[in-house]
Amino acid sequence: MKALSIDNLTKTYTDGFEALKGIKLSVEQGDFFALLGPNGAGKSTTIGIITSLVTKSSGQVTVFDTDIDINPETAKSHIGLVPQEFNFNGFEQVKHILVTQAGYYGMPAKQAEPRADELLHQLGLWEKRHTAARALSGGMKRRLMIARALVHKPKLLILDEPTAGVDIELRRSMWTFLEEINKQGTTIILTTHYLEEAENLCRNIAIIDKGKIIENTDMKSLLNRLDKETFVLYLQESLSADFVLDNISYQQIDDTTLEVEINRDEGLNTLFSHLNQQNIKVSSMKNKANRLEELFISLVDKSEASL
Amino acid sequence: MNNQLSRRWVAFNTLLTREIRRFIRIWPQTLLPPAITMTLYFIIFGNLIGSRIGEMGGFSYMEYIAPGIIMMSVINNAYANVASSFYSAKFQSHIEELLVAPVPNHLILAGYVAGGTARGLCVGLIVTIVSLFFTSIEIQHLFITISMVVLSAIMFALGGFINAIYARSFDEISIIPTFILTPMTYLGGVFYSISLLPEFWQNVSLLNPILYMVNAFRFGMLGVSDIAVEIAFSIILVCITALTSFALYLLNKGTGIRD
Repeated sequence: MKALSIDNLTKTYTDGFEALKGIKLSVEQGDFFALLGPNGAGKSTTIGIITSLVTKSSGQVTVFDTDIDINPETAKSHIGLVPQEFNFNGFEQVKHILVTQAGYYGMPAKQAEPRADELLHQLGLWEKRHTAARALSGGMKRRLMIARALVHKPKLLILDEPTAGVDIELRRSMWTFLEEINKQGTTIILTTHYLEEAENLCRNIAIIDKGKIIENTDMKSLLNRLDKETFVLYLQESLSADFVLDNISYQQIDDTTLEVEINRDEGLNTLFSHLNQQNIKVSSMKNKANRLEELFISLVDKSEASL
Repeated sequence: MNNQLSRRWVAFNTLLTREIRRFIRIWPQTLLPPAITMTLYFIIFGNLIGSRIGEMGGFSYMEYIAPGIIMMSVINNAYANVASSFYSAKFQSHIEELLVAPVPNHLILAGYVAGGTARGLCVGLIVTIVSLFFTSIEIQHLFITISMVVLSAIMFALGGFINAIYARSFDEISIIPTFILTPMTYLGGVFYSISLLPEFWQNVSLLNPILYMVNAFRFGMLGVSDIAVEIAFSIILVCITALTSFALYLLNKGTGIRD
């Protein structure tokens, strides 16, 4: 079953700006799906239309086979949204926000209270349950929005840049949490500017640019398309003045650092045999850029060149 | 269907409870000021000036203005509650909590209007208690009194909701109460009988819907009115129907709340 199906979706704002130009997209039930794109590409407009915050110009959106125009109440009941900006009442207490949100989904307080308690524990907000939301730290506010989106046990969770401005430790704990709820059966759609996040978490991906889907495939196939990778090698000793790597594209950054471009079909063996022959020892190495990031930039560049 | 009905009922109750909790939480801004203001009205207009005016409509001036003052506080607070609460929800974007949830537009409207009505009635009750320190109240027609105060609160809560939909700043939710609602209230027979006015101004006053509410409410409490109660009920019901339809039209269109 498809968790989300979008067909020929368009959105033109009143000032004439065409945010979406007939996009088509589908997300399978149980998927962890990335929707990526540069700023202003149409990601938030798409999410806004799915969640009824933005009125579409034309096209069809179905959530678990329910058309959002024909049966909006059922469609909405399947969705949980974590928006980009904080959008709760800062004067309300943390637990009230969760119980109230559950109530909007028809969950009586008797059921909503234990559900809110469970999420407050899971997301490390239990100690702050009686605090006004505005007094929370930035990371806690993010977690509160995730808890609020999950309080009615949605089948589809949409996260619009959930880890923006969140420190690394918290980001990783949020990844673990999201992976866990995905394993339990919740379909997740994620937009993010941290491409490492999408690469680590998502199985399928769509890239949107200037209101059009320019790529829609599974993550593995997409990454396989990468024909070159750049590695940074940190050496144990300084390089000699006559150091040369034949037939390999490289750049010496300083005495003990090399930047090497490797073609996918060649692999790393040739490079290391060259280094071994010259008795150069590598203490560590890393990808210069995230693999998905390289692909993303090349796809968006191509899309812009074709305009 | 039953599931849907019970889900909607829970959603409506949740919204109403949140609205009531909001105005109770900020009681120094919502419940206390009308009690103080209306006490001053009773002292200055009712006690000091009223004692020199003498009788009006067969009652002491204090007795005569008490229903109008109660109605004025109900109207103002029902309007202000919805206008400020709904506009704040827009301003802080937490209206999105409701828009993404399976709450139909008519329930959103009903929840906010019920919240505004609750505050209007709550303040009305406080002012009634205050008035008991200055005059005695014997309600002549209980059903008319209660139904008129509830309908008036609903009507002005709807007005506040429409104001909040169009408002783009906090200034814009105070313009209508200051420049339209307050003059209409003062000219709506709260402090005088329109029979004191020249005929031309009596006819002009008949265009003011607040005149009908104040007089019908006064009829319920004292048994005297400048206008027929049936006309008052008809006018208020027409106004409520028109305002409800317009508010729902704006909500369905997404005016001010959806891109």
